[in-house]
Amino acid sequence: MILAMDTSTDVLTVSLHDGKEIIEEYSSKNKNKHSTRLMPAIDRIMKEAKVKPEQLTKIIVGIGPGSYTGIRIALSTAKTMAWTLNIPVVGVSSLKALCLSAIMSEGYVCSFLDARRGLVYAGLYDKEGKSVLPEMNIHIDQWIEKLAQYDEPITFISPDAAHFQSLIHERLGESANFGGPGHQLIRAGLLAEYGKDMAPTDPHLLVPNYLRMVEAEAKWLEAKRKSDNER
Amino acid sequence: MKNANSVNILAIETSCDETAAAIIQDGKRIISEVVATQIDSHKRFGGVVPEIASRHHVEQMTQVLEDTLQKASLSMKDIDAVAVTEGPGLVGALLVGVATAKALAFSHQLPLIGVHHIAGHIYANQLIESFQFPLLCLVVSGGHTELVLMREHGDYEVIGETRDDACGEAYDKVARVLGIPYPGGPHVDRLAKQGEDTLHFPRIYLEEESYDFSFSGLKSAVINTVHNAKQKGESLKKEDIACSFQESVVEVLVEKTYRASKDYQVKHVVVAGGVAANSRLREALGARFKDEDVNLSVPPLSLCTDNAAMIGAAAFNDYKKGAFSGLELNANPGLDLEQYGKR
Ligand SMILES: [Zn+2]
Repeated sequence: MILAMDTSTDVLTVSLHDGKEIIEEYSSKNKNKHSTRLMPAIDRIMKEAKVKPEQLTKIIVGIGPGSYTGIRIALSTAKTMAWTLNIPVVGVSSLKALCLSAIMSEGYVCSFLDARRGLVYAGLYDKEGKSVLPEMNIHIDQWIEKLAQYDEPITFISPDAAHFQSLIHERLGESANFGGPGHQLIRAGLLAEYGKDMAPTDPHLLVPNYLRMVEAEAKWLEAKRKSDNER
Repeated sequence: MKNANSVNILAIETSCDETAAAIIQDGKRIISEVVATQIDSHKRFGGVVPEIASRHHVEQMTQVLEDTLQKASLSMKDIDAVAVTEGPGLVGALLVGVATAKALAFSHQLPLIGVHHIAGHIYANQLIESFQFPLLCLVVSGGHTELVLMREHGDYEVIGETRDDACGEAYDKVARVLGIPYPGGPHVDRLAKQGEDTLHFPRIYLEEESYDFSFSGLKSAVINTVHNAKQKGESLKKEDIACSFQESVVEVLVEKTYRASKDYQVKHVVVAGGVAANSRLREALGARFKDEDVNLSVPPLSLCTDNAAMIGAAAFNDYKKGAFSGLELNANPGLDLEQYGKR
């Protein structure tokens, strides 16, 4: 029995997959409550399915990017369960998880998250979910420039789509499509389906995919680089 | 293997910059203990960067747990409950410990216990010596300066607290003025040993009846003295500044503790928190209580700084009461000590 979870965005999502199909899935949009609600949500779907912790065979977790705190809540939970139950754990990028509801569509899929101050966390995938461009933390203008070089139609998937929709349409015109409202969220059921055959990571070594350095560290490195150059 | 009648608590502490786990038997015996410190990572910033602390915690936590069990030659089957620091502390850092503890408790269907960080510091003393009540605790750390009265296990009354800076905070600020690298406290203590109290900074006692503390005035006095000397081109010995500052801090801490111990007729005085490692404070308390009919305990240095053993010691009390937390347990950076004791 596979358990999947993601709390890197405003949506908390958990699911159980028996290897063939999704048997339980629960999602809830309630920002800032992931810490109190993740473990009860897991407890609830496991009770519904009458699955005991020791019956779990694999854990799949969204590792970000997204909310730093949110990423760590799911990751701490998944790493600990996998390690202590001695079962494999698979980390999947949350951008990849987000694109999963649209990868059957024509052309490419771009999933992205608002990273504030004009920046986005973004990735571009083909029909099979393979990366066309590496995931990055980038200004929306620069990202659109990169996308403009492809002839394929692109479906945009994002819980923050509304902020950027008119800008994207303006620059990319007809080749830009947007997923419907129900497709703009990460779903743990799809995450389980996607990750169920992926190679696991040692739980001790599984780390978040922040895509961004801590500001204090970036400043420190910049200052260090300057002083090294002056020498 | 575990002994059938004893209670083993696996405890986790991640409230600041130490990723720590420990196994404590019956609230008194440390079976094993592991601390992964991040001091080197934060040093370059002159203080703890909360986001960096959280990142280290999530990277190190499961390895620290595995090492803790391995050192004890125990498995999760030998554990009776999982305890974790619930607050106060850095919220992002606390969250990693809380999520980890919940996942562990759920995976093995064990009781979960959320613990107050300061209760943990106080109970570090129980790992050395059994409490006698009423008990008075002087809590001194980077975030806290309090006098806590305990009439029985798990009962906390804060009879005095700082009105501005915590004692450890004042040490860090004075260290910065003296150009001493982070963490400043131990360095100031070391310098002070080579100096003399030549500057005689003010001793701030506030109102006569009060057990409260204030360190911001003293801190300003130190900063002004250094500043004025610099302007006049005079040179002051760093050692003397450190010593004069420390003498002022320690005198007030010791006198207020002594007076409270008399007023409340306590049987036991304990010291807790990072500043409890300060050599001058330990010496001065020892001297003040030497001829008194009061038991004084000062924890060993390893139990003064943040650690998980103290969390396991405090959790044993909740375990006996059956005061368990649900899976909805959250990190609570503003957790109140008195309220925690009442639940
Ligand atoms: Zn502490």
